[in-house]
Amino acid sequence: MGLKHKDLLNLSSLSADEIRLILDTSESFKEVSGREIKKVPALRGKTVVNLFFEPSTRTRTSFELAAKRLSADVINFSPTTSSITKGETLLDTARNIESMQADIIVLRHSSPGAADTLSRGVRSSVINAGDGWHEHPTQGLLDLFTIKERKPDLQRLKVAIIGDIAHSRVARSNIYALTKIGAEVRVVAPPTMIPRFLERLGVQIFFNCDEGLIDVDVIIMLRLQLERAGRALFPSIREYARLYSLTQERMKQAKSDVMVMHPGPLNRGVEIAPEVADSPAAVILDQVANGVAVRMGLMYLLSGSG
Amino acid sequence: MTLLIRGGQILDPGRYQGQGDILIENGIIQSVGQDIFKSEKDTQSLTVLDAKGLLVVPGFVDLHVHLREPGFEYKETIATGTASAVAGGFTSICCMPNTNPVNDNQAVTEFILSKAALAKKANVFPIGAITKGSEGQELAEIGELSEAGCVAISDDGRPVMNSLVMRRAMEYAQAFGMPVIDHCEDLHLAAGGCMNEGIVSTELGVPGIPGASEEVMVARNLSLAELTGAQVHLAHLSTAGSVRLTRDAKDRGIQVTAEVCPHHFSLTEEATRTFDSNTKMNPPLRTMEDIEALKQGLADGTIDAIATDHAPHAVQEKQLEFDTAPFGIVGFETALPLTLVLVQEGVLTLETAISKLTVEPARAFGLNKGTLAPGADADVALINPDAAWVVDPNKFHSKSRNTPFAGWNVRGRVIATVVGGTVVYESR
Repeated sequence: MGLKHKDLLNLSSLSADEIRLILDTSESFKEVSGREIKKVPALRGKTVVNLFFEPSTRTRTSFELAAKRLSADVINFSPTTSSITKGETLLDTARNIESMQADIIVLRHSSPGAADTLSRGVRSSVINAGDGWHEHPTQGLLDLFTIKERKPDLQRLKVAIIGDIAHSRVARSNIYALTKIGAEVRVVAPPTMIPRFLERLGVQIFFNCDEGLIDVDVIIMLRLQLERAGRALFPSIREYARLYSLTQERMKQAKSDVMVMHPGPLNRGVEIAPEVADSPAAVILDQVANGVAVRMGLMYLLSGSG
Repeated sequence: MTLLIRGGQILDPGRYQGQGDILIENGIIQSVGQDIFKSEKDTQSLTVLDAKGLLVVPGFVDLHVHLREPGFEYKETIATGTASAVAGGFTSICCMPNTNPVNDNQAVTEFILSKAALAKKANVFPIGAITKGSEGQELAEIGELSEAGCVAISDDGRPVMNSLVMRRAMEYAQAFGMPVIDHCEDLHLAAGGCMNEGIVSTELGVPGIPGASEEVMVARNLSLAELTGAQVHLAHLSTAGSVRLTRDAKDRGIQVTAEVCPHHFSLTEEATRTFDSNTKMNPPLRTMEDIEALKQGLADGTIDAIATDHAPHAVQEKQLEFDTAPFGIVGFETALPLTLVLVQEGVLTLETAISKLTVEPARAFGLNKGTLAPGADADVALINPDAAWVVDPNKFHSKSRNTPFAGWNVRGRVIATVVGGTVVYESR
């Protein structure tokens, strides 16, 4: 069975079976990264372009490594200015890149829907590597992959996502992936960070962090955008940390074998206490490693090799 | 110069309905009715516009359009905008002042009027700015704007946030009998928003514009209208709450009129799921509950007029990412079929629907338009309400193509448009 899509733009439109297919395929690629020669010829002769309009080290590097381990040629293209200031539309930029016979374009952009717009204008496969607050589908997939490694029975899990849900593409992709797969999803945040009608996505909402953590198997922390402090969303970093920071004390509410995730980069001492980030419960570095495997699996499937 | 519109089904809302002819002399309607001419021979010296099988209505009056000239001629000019208007059956249009320079002085008003006179299509009624540069600070010279030919004042998309300035504008405009139009948006509540704040914006991660950003300003304007006694016109209502507030104000006798745009009763926020920037307008597409309330508001008279908010933008602007693309869509050439859907659905009678495009908007701004009464300016639209066609933006007379209705199968077509006794558009 293959993936019947040209692109990966979001997780909201994928079926549970398609998500499982990507995870299963990625599993076989995880082994590659442990070999002495970390390469398979699956995408030999193919070209992958990383088109990043927003600064990103970890996601871009992860895609680059994944493509290289599949033997693809990789180009990194990071326009420093937006298309507006440069006077060139996203579509024009992408068509230029397509003319260089790119097979896969990996797009990171600050505008929600940028990957959708791009996919309509080019024949290349488009992978959304984060578009505004919309989605970050490969992050959602690698998080699910990481959870499954430790806790394979996904449908029985209680997962809490803590932080600024409204402005988080990671939260959205995680909510779509986890609810589709059948996990119980809670979101924990002050009301200013919960978008309207969020409960309709099948999640439970908690304003109180301790209550939200009771009996959960997995905690996904979101990075707090510190510059939002004082500007209507929350009064101060100090108060946010006091109410929502994941501390060892707070973690006691959760199951004893709880796992803690964070998409990085961490604000230590703000949303997550250093002792928690460095504890055995934290799988933050596993997430990074799994990111490469999941992106390999995905690119393999999208290239039609599946 | 004499024109005879012959053999049509005449519908002049609230005044005349029936098979008949319209005789026009020197741009003025002379007589309307059956058997104006006893024999064929009498008509031989006349120009005859055959209206057989067609509905003959007053030319449409649009209270809210953007003609973009001066300043943004790459989007639209007064010539192309008025050509688009008459292709949609609109014979009188009121253009917003957000040009460059802003229409906040008589030189700009006179420029617009002179361009409109050269274009020889629709009648153009400029709307002057409320404040200098539409900056919301100091009142524009409203008296001079009135003398130059402005029929109303508005800062439209840059609404006056300072309620004291708005109060003074409402007081001052009464000296000239001008209505004050407000776009009704709290810019703080709406800041950064690109679509309705609701379930779809939550799912898509697109910054939302809450209905409340409109409703708090509707409420403010109604309070100020009550305080000042001004005639206030509420632009493009889009929410159930705005309809409720307006209905309540009208019940209490406050002088207020309101308009709705066809897209706001034809599409919901669901249309935005594709991130198509042609579904991006301000106010944004709302929900089905809002649509129901807008239709109810049209039916019970809370909403007086249907206006297009015709807002042309160039292709390259609408090709930008959803959050950076400008707000707005073109509206003239799709307004009639979208309005007739309300008739097909039984929301409005045909007569009421036509009144929302003619006599009602004319009344709102005190324009001597929107009627086929003898003595009135001969502005007439001939329409085939049943003609089916497919919306093809490439065939628009507007310079711009930004519409969410491309490819729609619609019913209701403008066959000919007469302005001041001259046929300015014919599609057959």
